[in-house]
Amino acid sequence: MQSGGPLVKIRDLRIEGLAGEAWLPIVKGVDLDLARGEVLGLIGESGAGKSTVGLAAMGFTRDGCRIAGGSIEFDGIDLVAASEEEKRSLLGRRIAYVAQSAAASFNPAHRLIDQHTEGPVLHGVSTQQASQEDAMALYARLRLPEPESIGFRYPHQVSGGQLQRAMTAMAMSCRPDLIVFDEPTTALDVTTQIEVLAAIRDIVEQFGTAAIYITHDLAVVAQMADRIKVLLRGSEVEENDTRAMLADPQKDYTKSLWAVRSFQRPEQPPRSAQPVISIAGVTAGYSAATDVLHDVSFDIYPGQTVAVVGESGSGKSTVARCITGLLPPRQGEIRFNGAPLPASYQNRSKDQLRQVQMIYQMADTALNPKLRIRDIIGRPVQFYRGLRGNELRQRVVELLEQIELEPALYIDRLPSELSGGQKQRIGIARALAADAQFIICDEVTSALDQLVAEGILKLLDRLQNELDLAYMFITHDLATVRAIADEVVVMKDGNVVEAGPKTDMFTPPHHDYTDLLLSSVPEMDPDWLDRLLEERGVDNIGEAARISPT
Amino acid sequence: MGFLTYFVLPLAVLIGLAWIGRAGFRSIPGPFGAVFRAMPLTAAFGLAVVSFYILAAVAAPAIAPYGESQIFDEFNLFPGENPDFLLGTDQLGRDLLTRLLYGGRNTIGIAFMTTALAFLIGATFGFIAAVLGGWLDQVVSRTVDVLMAIPQLIFALLLLTIFGQSTINMILVIAVLDSTRVFRLARAVGGNIVVMDYIEAAKLRGEGLGYMIFREILPNAAAPLLAEFGLRFCFVFLLIAALSFLGIGIQPPLADWGTMVRELSIYIGYAEYGDWQAASLPLLPAAAIALLTVAINFTVDWMLDRYSGLKD
Amino acid sequence: MSTLGRMIGQRLALGAFTLVIVSMVIFAAIEALPGDFAEAILGQGATPEAVAAIRESLGMDRSPVERYFAWLGGVFSGDFGVSFSQLSFQSQYGQTSERDVVTVADQLAPRFANTIFLAAVAAAVAVPLSLALGILAALYRGSIFDRAANVGTLTSISSPEFFIAYILILFLAAANPIFPSISKIHADLDFWERLYRTVLPALTLTLVVTAHMMRMTRVAIINLMASQYIEMARLKGVPRWRVIVRHALPNALAPIINVVALNLAYLITGVVVVEVVFVYPGIGQMFVDAVKLRDMPTVQACCLVFAGAYILLNLLADVLSVLTNPRLRHPK
Repeated sequence: MQSGGPLVKIRDLRIEGLAGEAWLPIVKGVDLDLARGEVLGLIGESGAGKSTVGLAAMGFTRDGCRIAGGSIEFDGIDLVAASEEEKRSLLGRRIAYVAQSAAASFNPAHRLIDQHTEGPVLHGVSTQQASQEDAMALYARLRLPEPESIGFRYPHQVSGGQLQRAMTAMAMSCRPDLIVFDEPTTALDVTTQIEVLAAIRDIVEQFGTAAIYITHDLAVVAQMADRIKVLLRGSEVEENDTRAMLADPQKDYTKSLWAVRSFQRPEQPPRSAQPVISIAGVTAGYSAATDVLHDVSFDIYPGQTVAVVGESGSGKSTVARCITGLLPPRQGEIRFNGAPLPASYQNRSKDQLRQVQMIYQMADTALNPKLRIRDIIGRPVQFYRGLRGNELRQRVVELLEQIELEPALYIDRLPSELSGGQKQRIGIARALAADAQFIICDEVTSALDQLVAEGILKLLDRLQNELDLAYMFITHDLATVRAIADEVVVMKDGNVVEAGPKTDMFTPPHHDYTDLLLSSVPEMDPDWLDRLLEERGVDNIGEAARISPT
Repeated sequence: MGFLTYFVLPLAVLIGLAWIGRAGFRSIPGPFGAVFRAMPLTAAFGLAVVSFYILAAVAAPAIAPYGESQIFDEFNLFPGENPDFLLGTDQLGRDLLTRLLYGGRNTIGIAFMTTALAFLIGATFGFIAAVLGGWLDQVVSRTVDVLMAIPQLIFALLLLTIFGQSTINMILVIAVLDSTRVFRLARAVGGNIVVMDYIEAAKLRGEGLGYMIFREILPNAAAPLLAEFGLRFCFVFLLIAALSFLGIGIQPPLADWGTMVRELSIYIGYAEYGDWQAASLPLLPAAAIALLTVAINFTVDWMLDRYSGLKD
Repeated sequence: MSTLGRMIGQRLALGAFTLVIVSMVIFAAIEALPGDFAEAILGQGATPEAVAAIRESLGMDRSPVERYFAWLGGVFSGDFGVSFSQLSFQSQYGQTSERDVVTVADQLAPRFANTIFLAAVAAAVAVPLSLALGILAALYRGSIFDRAANVGTLTSISSPEFFIAYILILFLAAANPIFPSISKIHADLDFWERLYRTVLPALTLTLVVTAHMMRMTRVAIINLMASQYIEMARLKGVPRWRVIVRHALPNALAPIINVVALNLAYLITGVVVVEVVFVYPGIGQMFVDAVKLRDMPTVQACCLVFAGAYILLNLLADVLSVLTNPRLRHPK
């Protein structure tokens, strides 16, 4: 039944989405070819239409979307013309899907193994018994702990990284010809991501499954894909073999994506011996019983950027809450220019509040959607300095100029009329409006596309030089650390694991955990994952049970 | 056929008006017209009916043929029996058309006042509880839990037994009872807003309670609260009508639709003798109540749809 | 299992606590009554002896706390006291024999049974019908059926019960005498005759409640169908009916249970108006009459019965939804 042509052949695919009353184009004429056993990486920023294209390759469109034109062929079958019933017989059996959030994509009411066997039994590929045994073999292959019993747990009883592997096993249950991976590791921490990436690559290679791997992370796709296709706003930018694409991108847009990684600021010495903020022996927690932070101490000097690095649950955001006074520490104190700050923000004076400013991760929730830009930026100026009327307006204009937004154009807009990067700039302007010396940046670039994030980092760098600001940069992204930090504080489980200047931090020897963290960050080199696994002494071909490809 | 002239005909006229009105507004260019271009007929119908009721309620004294409690010698007149009294007269000799118009004015006005009062109480406490949290939130929330554990109609009847049956008492009792639902909503909506980073930013700036509620929270809560106002009004309106129907709500001499339904219900037996005009009389105020609440529900449904549509 | 047990225990304790608080609120109602009780009962022409007699029989000489516990104790043994109208009657015409005293409980019991019968008939039709219609509307979302159902149910919800009731009377009783417009129910009727006389009030309640329940079921299912695990099931090639039955329904149980409980609770309180329209001899009628007469013991008893049923239903729904939650049934 295998034809000689490509497995997937998409021509001039156009998909529209319903926005209010009108259908707007999401995908604007994309071609795609995928050979058997080949892995194609689809990359692009948010709104590029990569998920929509990936789902369309399965003949599936989400509610509120429709195929407006073009053709989709899977192994010679026209999926645009195919009936629901025909498509249904392909889905799960010959084409499978792995979603971004495994936690949300497993049905909470059923055990993992029952969800695993549902497809094979329903499609008549296997029996309940055989499929169950196969599931256990796949779990072992994917290096899930206790492969014999883990399937009998419910989704909420299994961790995120394990669920993601269980979902990959489920996709494999019918030995499909094609699997669409939709950002399968985006929601995971870097150290967990490695395990999942290795497991996915291993199993795809073993069964010779073709795959479409969707991601926004270049370094990840470099490890996984044979070929890379770059999308931008629903259109293809370029496509090439992975190595050629990495070595020699042709189009300006692709080059600019590659270039992001090269921004790096030289380390700067502190401007004064007196730290602007001292965190001294802080222990804190949200409930009386448990501490989230254990005896955390470090200093932040004027004109410097301290990056606080850690995975989710490391307590890095809690440090920020202690500094701002939202979470009074149980022990220890926060000192500003040598003088202790009251533990709770409610007991701090207006001037003390002014001195600690914050920029948030999600610009959408950080700006009141019903206030205009003039009021968002103007309020701190008015509140702290008492400026009104023309003087106030003058100051707002000045601030907008500082963040490189044309005042006349933006001053009367609502946040909804700005792009993500512009909103983040407004957030910066609001922090500047207080004339603070110290600003906490909480994952300020992680919700942004790479190019936009780059612009924000450069802006923050420029402002630091001009205004002598001290930053505390909370992030999980080591590329950002490399770009902007002077000092690095590594946190794990509420403890400071290691702290010191950036150059020391990025040259061995490291603390074990720092090492794990650093080495887990994917690099743009296609051989990086192989090398890493070799270094860590993991046998890629797998010591686990061999399973026959049915 | 009384049924046809009383119900089907006015309904058709209102739907026609809504359709024409929508067509007219649609031709306005720009965003104002765009709202109407995207409006389903149900919502247009709802808006038309609501506007019609508001007009009729405000203008009742001007368009009613007689005074609210004016008594004539001809009592228990059937509809059509005397051209001076289009719908006839009641058992005391009051013109039914006049009673119907004033009844609408009173019922709508009282329901509106009650709802507004409930919102004032409920939203104030709800937002304060959402912003301040802590023990205050706990005390108010638990009190509301207990109040809501007793069905509203039953509780209202109990309280009216205690305080005595008067229109003012009814307004106060229903407003307080209904404010619990408003409190729940305001607290939930406020709670969703309070966790936003812009509220944290305002807190850390040192802003006071007033600024937080009026500048940061209220503008973002306006859309769901407005929709809820429509729904609460319907509920209060129906509750008042039900109480009045039971004889415990709006008290005479004020005209109101609930009481009219009860008083006119004796006519319903005339259907047996084929006198549909008389038999349909009790349905007239009842239908008037239903039509308004249906219209508000249609409008609110559309508003909620638009609101949730705007979010994503 | 311990988490589950603890959660259910908490719910039950909370329910019991609420009942106690509500009973206090209802009892306090008497205390809050302005003016003197006994005079309120007897009106202005009361003789001092009659007032004193009534005071004594109400136990007014004791403290409120004492009286609350006495009253609560009575309630638990099914004794709601004697209604004011009875007291008034006795004080005017003298106490007949002890056996002839009609207590509130005596009046309440048969009427309560009638009300439960009416609510049960309405629920027996409304619950299956509305669940089926709600699921259908959710399945064929946006179709003509869904839109028509939307307009129809919205209209039905928005109409006062007496509007629906009188329309039914007009067409099914007055113009075409198929069913009686007045529900004369008494103990001697056989089941079918009783059912026949209950049709119109039950139909009115069914229309109102079905609309409500159907809309809520539809929304619950639609919310559920938007979840990612439903999309995943569809992408696994699971047929539509199986997506509903196996993937949506087990997760929809909790919201559906809540919908049903909420509407059953509504049925119990919604009967008040319907009973008055159809002169149905239920507890709602009795309640309204007592309110008009300000007959406190009767009002209190009716309130307590309504509130108790309401709280118990909500409690039941709460416990059932906890029991259907896989996260709680299978703790980590």
